[in-house]
Amino acid sequence: MEESAISRRDLLKHAAAGAVATSIVANQAVAAATMPPRKHRWGMVIDTQRCVGCEACVIACKVENQTPPGVYYTVVTHEPLPGGTTDRPVFMTKPCFHCENPPCVPVCPVHATYKRESDGIVVVDYDRCIGCRYCIVACPYAARYADFGDDYEFLPAAGAPVSPEYKQYRVRTAGQSPIGNARKCTFCLHLQDESGNYDEASGRWPACAKTCTGHAIHFGDLDDPGSVVSRLLRERNAIRLKEELGTKPNVFYLL
Amino acid sequence: MTLKRAFWILGIAGLIPLAIGLYIRLVMGRELTNLGSIVPWGLWIAQYIYLAGLSAGAYVVSALVYVFHVERLEPIGRLAVFAAIVSLPLGLLAVLLDLGHWERFWYVAAFWNLSSPMAWMILLYSAFMVVVLIQFWFLMRRDLVAARSTPGWRGRVAGVLALGSRETSDAGASRDARVVAVLARIGLVLAVLFPTMVGGLFGVVSSRSYWYSGLFPVVFALSAVASGAALLALVSSIFQDGWRAHRDLIVTLGKILLGLLFLELLLQAAEIGVGLYANDPAFHESVMLVMFGPYWFVFWIGEVAIGFLIPVAILASSLGRDPRFVALAALGSLVGFVGLRLNIVIPGLSPQEIAGLSEAVWDPRVSPNYFPSLFEWLLAIGMVGLWLVLFGLGELFLPLGREHPVAPQPSEA
Repeated sequence: MEESAISRRDLLKHAAAGAVATSIVANQAVAAATMPPRKHRWGMVIDTQRCVGCEACVIACKVENQTPPGVYYTVVTHEPLPGGTTDRPVFMTKPCFHCENPPCVPVCPVHATYKRESDGIVVVDYDRCIGCRYCIVACPYAARYADFGDDYEFLPAAGAPVSPEYKQYRVRTAGQSPIGNARKCTFCLHLQDESGNYDEASGRWPACAKTCTGHAIHFGDLDDPGSVVSRLLRERNAIRLKEELGTKPNVFYLL
Repeated sequence: MTLKRAFWILGIAGLIPLAIGLYIRLVMGRELTNLGSIVPWGLWIAQYIYLAGLSAGAYVVSALVYVFHVERLEPIGRLAVFAAIVSLPLGLLAVLLDLGHWERFWYVAAFWNLSSPMAWMILLYSAFMVVVLIQFWFLMRRDLVAARSTPGWRGRVAGVLALGSRETSDAGASRDARVVAVLARIGLVLAVLFPTMVGGLFGVVSSRSYWYSGLFPVVFALSAVASGAALLALVSSIFQDGWRAHRDLIVTLGKILLGLLFLELLLQAAEIGVGLYANDPAFHESVMLVMFGPYWFVFWIGEVAIGFLIPVAILASSLGRDPRFVALAALGSLVGFVGLRLNIVIPGLSPQEIAGLSEAVWDPRVSPNYFPSLFEWLLAIGMVGLWLVLFGLGELFLPLGREHPVAPQPSEA
């Protein structure tokens, strides 16, 4: 009878290698099972030709998110196009672009800001943020604002403002988050249902897009080929701001 | 003695604005600052990078003694390490005041983000602090033990600081020297990396043309060493028997400072020249703000005249052989570095990243113009006062002189 060609040492070696390979594969399987796959890529396509510059989006955002003075999740700039032949202003509403490569995220020293795995919305964990404002400095689009604790004056009967942000319904209190934190547009994610979907028909839609008088702000899932935003990107020529930085914004402009 | 008295009066006077400022900060938070979302970092952050540079720079000068055994500088070895120790916690205080939630400062250790230059800077800061403190204790240990028998407060403070050590033998002293030699080498590496990472923190921000440059971390490290050399030239002419006792040493420091000032000029000229030549609009805007903006005098009078031309004129001429004038030149360049730090932080942030943002909303927090508020000045001046007082106290209670020089022992190292 022929002796086995496999020595004990080789057998152990192969067994060890097999165990390592199995554990790696198993680890990946666990990761795949526990990390939800990207379900949506929420984004906006903003048609500057349709914007009348009424700034209803700015107000709607302030009312929806109950932001304090100095904090604007969206603004409307009215600058002429650089290099253009006229000085006619182009109205441009500018929320957070929820970049695919957000420069604000890696600089945070405490992982307080991150891009959500499920839908790509860039959020701030108010209870984690230490208020260093490095993210505000790093954002190339001035989309982040520091809450220094300023307040609008309300009648006493109105009470302290309550913001629905992140479905946390925080009552504005001196010294408590989000005062002292970095704040930003969330695409009104508090209006999403449990499965992470918006519903335009029932008004569960980002406040700026919902209120836009000229229908200039289009919101939707950029990964859904049937969405209005995807169709607009197919049919029209869109631009993104500061492409050279490689941030890949999820907000597009039609000029 | 008059210089020392002026030092103390300035320091104690500075504690008054500090107390008022801290009270406002604790009760009202940061509402009274003029910071906003276009210029989110201001005077306090400039002060932090100034103090961080001062600390690392002073330590590098001490390394000339404890690593490179430059005997001429030996009398101020401990003074240099102590200057590093005093500046560091004040930098931390400046940052804490600036944070939106200072009670969460420890989160940086708990939730540390590897990809954040700020997290790395804080790690280097902490490591540097630990190494310097331990090294300083070993430098003073034998003298502290010896000073226990001094009557009065000095003896009692020395007894506490000796941490129970009673060893006064030569064997103990040579062990101390060996420990110091090792720590000084580690500390030197950290003292170079720490300000480099402070520069890196600014340099990595690719959307800020004024900062985004490979030279930035290097400029920070170099200006740190230059400010440290200037600081030591100044304090060694005031403390430890002052300029009369330290003539040669101060003149040597003056020569080092002169060389570093020219290196600094070279790097700054390279940085600004390349940026202007490339004609990047945001970079151009920042440089124009620095040179011809509303605070042009910070650059031309502070940085150029007081911080560079006058010190160079003194140090390069025969006046550079008079320790009193060297101290004056050092003071000038220390003032100049204040301007340098302010002109790094604020003009880098001021060019608007989205054209027309500040016209889109009328809000003082959304403005490219920033000038520190009275509240910010109170705390900034107060922190300078606290620095002076801490330094004076250390000089009073700690054996910073050369009664029992521990290092250098070249044969050991």
